[in-house]
Amino acid sequence: MKKKKVKEKYNWIVTILLIMGILFVILLPLYMTVMIAIRDPGDMHNVLALPKTLRLRNFIEAWEMTDFPVKFRNTAFITIVNLVFTLMTNSFVAYAITRNRKKSKFFTIVYYYFVSAMFIPFSVLMLPLVVQANTFHLDNVVGITFLYVVFGMPMNTFLYSGAIRNIPEALDEAAKIDGANPVQTFWYVIFPTLKPTTATVAILSFMWTWNDFTMPLVLLSEPSQQTLQLAQYVFKTQFSVDYNHAFASYLLVLAPVLIIYVFCQRWIMNGVVAGAVK
Amino acid sequence: MRKKNFRKNTKVHPTCYIAVCAMGILFFLFHTIPFLRGVFYSFTDWRGYGEWNFVGLRNYVHLLTDRDIVNAYSFTIRFSVITTILVNTISLILACALNAKIKFKNTIKAFYFLPYMLGTLIVGFIFNYIFANLIPGAGKALGIQELSVNVLGTNRAMWGIIVVSVWIGCAFNTLIYLAGLQSIDTDVYEAASLDGAAGIKRFWKITFPLLAPSFTINMVLSAKNYLMVYDQIMAMTNGGPGTTTTSIAVLIYKKGFGGGQFAYQSANAVVLFIIVVLIAFFQLKVLEKREDKLR
Repeated sequence: MKKKKVKEKYNWIVTILLIMGILFVILLPLYMTVMIAIRDPGDMHNVLALPKTLRLRNFIEAWEMTDFPVKFRNTAFITIVNLVFTLMTNSFVAYAITRNRKKSKFFTIVYYYFVSAMFIPFSVLMLPLVVQANTFHLDNVVGITFLYVVFGMPMNTFLYSGAIRNIPEALDEAAKIDGANPVQTFWYVIFPTLKPTTATVAILSFMWTWNDFTMPLVLLSEPSQQTLQLAQYVFKTQFSVDYNHAFASYLLVLAPVLIIYVFCQRWIMNGVVAGAVK
Repeated sequence: MRKKNFRKNTKVHPTCYIAVCAMGILFFLFHTIPFLRGVFYSFTDWRGYGEWNFVGLRNYVHLLTDRDIVNAYSFTIRFSVITTILVNTISLILACALNAKIKFKNTIKAFYFLPYMLGTLIVGFIFNYIFANLIPGAGKALGIQELSVNVLGTNRAMWGIIVVSVWIGCAFNTLIYLAGLQSIDTDVYEAASLDGAAGIKRFWKITFPLLAPSFTINMVLSAKNYLMVYDQIMAMTNGGPGTTTTSIAVLIYKKGFGGGQFAYQSANAVVLFIIVVLIAFFQLKVLEKREDKLR
């Protein structure tokens, strides 16, 4: 028993099986995407082989076809502005709710109000939301960003609330005695201790807005307001015969996420687990 | 002194009221009111524009006998059950493998999580090509009749959607199971091996019960996600061929906006909402009870 423990060996069979899984299940579709994106339309006989000639022009043409700079700007605007506002407003509101629940019933009611809204799926809300958004002129990039910030509230209240409850209230008291108001207390004392939760919220918000397709589909009809994901869908019919440009365009959309993932994978995985386990 | 402190504690700073009220009002205005409006429309015959009348429960009664609705529910439920089982089974196996003593553990784990990062829509488009060109090509070369056609164009199109959903879904589920496995104290295993439990027996008797919290999370989230299945279908089959892969969410979108059935599909959405809430509560109750029992 003890001997075994000293000389623990790697389980190579499992390692090799897992690597084969990566190569043939996870990476094969992505490899194929790259191979088609850099290929000449006349060279589609065996898409898994290396192309005869490298055709990087596909990316430039796809860039122009989908009006990439405009869609990228829209998507980046939505993602970044939503991230900043979500982290600033949702966290403070969650703090105000959590810390005052003992003092006033009002905050407990608001807490359950927000959290129970998590049970309303977007497809249930979809039809009337479009009518509502038209009334308030929210069918544009700024409007949809605003909606993302508001709609993130249930999940983020839930996540932040769980974390804030674990922070001793003595910290708040100390700041209060020093003359800090709630905003200062939160910003300078509590918010810095919430870093892991903020990371989780940031990752989930980023993934949601960057990859969301349904909300832009129902709200953003104007081409100048469309997002990257929506543009891929809008060009679906055009792309159905023109695989090279389609796959080049997909890669352009996937690239930012892949780059971020390469640098922050461990951070992202920890954040996602923390978000789900709560 | 004590009394003073107590009084000070019960006072809520106005800033807190302002912030919470402001967010509460915005949320009510843009989330709750649309929801209530949807419920309201479900009792009318509104087409999304023009005049409307109250029709009472007519929409709901009609739902019960509508072929489109029955098909959509049948597809969505079959799809959710099969996908939930497949995703969770594969994820459990993957998580156990990743938890073994393997080399390059973190790198391998990162690769298996990769599909989670990619948007469902684009993954759907990529698999479209695989189903339309790659697999039929291989099928013809190998002389397998079943594989030589695009599965998305046949009445087995659901399986194509399932494959993509599993490819994407396993990433998240595996990560949650793995986190659960890593939180199990290794002493438990040592005790088990002293009692002679090993291999599959150890998994069912020791590991799986301790994974119950992860299992609950995965089951609830999977069921909710797959009942709402939308992006994959819009990317791959658009509900077709015919209506074979029209899920409830796709039906609401297509008929609600394009088919002049705004009020009618609102009723459908209300029913969907009730089902989601019931299933979520049922799962939480049953699975939590199981968790308690197993402990």
